[in-house]
Amino acid sequence: MRKSFVKHSLVALGLLFSTHTFAATPQELLKQYEAQAKQENSAFTGFSSDKGASFFKAEHTHSDGKKVSCSTCHTADPRKQGKTRANKVIEPMVPSVNAQRFTDAAKVEKWFGRNCKDVLERACTAQEKGDYIQYLLSVK
Amino acid sequence: MKNWMQFLVLVTSISSAGTLLASGGFGEGGEGGEGRGKQMPTVTNVKWAAECASCHMLYHPGLLPEKSWNKVMAGLDKHFGENASLDAATQAEITRFLALNSADKSDNRRSSRISQSIATNAAPLRITETRYFTAKHDEVSAATFKRKSIGSASNCMACHKGAEKGDFSESQIKIPR
Ligand code: HEC
Ligand code: HEC
Ligand code: HEC
Repeated sequence: MRKSFVKHSLVALGLLFSTHTFAATPQELLKQYEAQAKQENSAFTGFSSDKGASFFKAEHTHSDGKKVSCSTCHTADPRKQGKTRANKVIEPMVPSVNAQRFTDAAKVEKWFGRNCKDVLERACTAQEKGDYIQYLLSVK
Repeated sequence: MKNWMQFLVLVTSISSAGTLLASGGFGEGGEGGEGRGKQMPTVTNVKWAAECASCHMLYHPGLLPEKSWNKVMAGLDKHFGENASLDAATQAEITRFLALNSADKSDNRRSSRISQSIATNAAPLRITETRYFTAKHDEVSAATFKRKSIGSASNCMACHKGAEKGDFSESQIKIPR
């Protein structure tokens, strides 16, 4: 009994810390998304930077008629600075250009949450998130 | 079971205390003793600075009354056409910070005038919709606000370089081309 409680507490501890702003690497985040993707889809075969690239550029026509994609704000070249709708600069998304990207799990999840809803009008799957990060890691 | 619960509570409180410490305490700030100055006091809160300046400049809490900030913060999921929602703890902390330093709580002339320009039954979501703002900018044309270097009236920083610190003094105004 005792033992399993200790184990549970450790798992809980891990969860607590992972929702706080503890440093991670893009590779660690990819591992987390991989575990999630396997749960979402038993036929999961891995992440693809090609699929991530087309996901990033794909335009979606919203229910209100507006066309949006991830590159609307992040620009078509993820090595470049982007711009928000309110005209503020967004630093580049590629980790080799901007080392701060994909180092904070809570921040990454927050923005996937907001931006996927904004662009796709739904949440992104773990597969899509992983493909996207894989793509950004492949851009040098 | 009991041990496990206690452990969880302990860990939770340690980690949230950490967050509080890291945020430098809410509501703090304001240059104590400065009195009834013209410019808004410098205020800081780590969460506010991190969460409210990624899409646009940081708007000083002294620019809107508490009732407006409460409304802004209650509608973050549909924030000017964007989803700016936060986890409940962060949202509560930022709301408190904004309320404590809001235009109706801040002891400077500019904030008082902004407050006074808003009807008692109104709670505008935009600073740019207040009578104070429109009166102060009646000589700036719509075309000027739309310049590429500016974007819109909401981008105070483009013309008031001290805007994030609450400094709108006339000597600091420069309209970019
Ligand atoms: C309306 C503008 C906008 C659109 C569209 C948009 N983003 Fe973003 N995105 C932002 C802003 C603003 C930030 C935060 C600014 C910053 O961190 O510099 C951000 C940050 C992110 C981050 C956080 C990365 C990190 O570690 O800092 C991820 C991940 C992200 N966006 C993914 C996407 C994806 C995927 C799409 C398309 C489905 C997308 N975004 C579309 C504006 C946008
Ligand atoms: C996801 C992007 C995003 C985030 C995050 C965000 N905002 Fe905004 N906000 C916007 C947009 C877009 C506008 C409209 C800008 C415009 O019209 O040019 C806006 C406008 C505003 C305005 C009105 C400005 C005016 O015209 O007078 C206020 C006040 C404001 N935001 C407060 C906040 C606060 C407080 C936070 C943090 C809790 C926040 N915003 C976070 C996107 C965002
Ligand atoms: C296009 C440039 C521009 C933008 C953008 C702009 N302002 Fe101004 N603002 C001015 C000018 C010019 C004046 C001076 C008007 C005058 O003295 O006739 C002014 C005056 C003011 C004053 C009064 C200064 C004084 O001491 O009389 C305040 C306060 C102010 N602005 C706040 C704001 C806020 C808040 C924003 C953003 C929500 C903003 N401004 C956006 C150009 C701008």
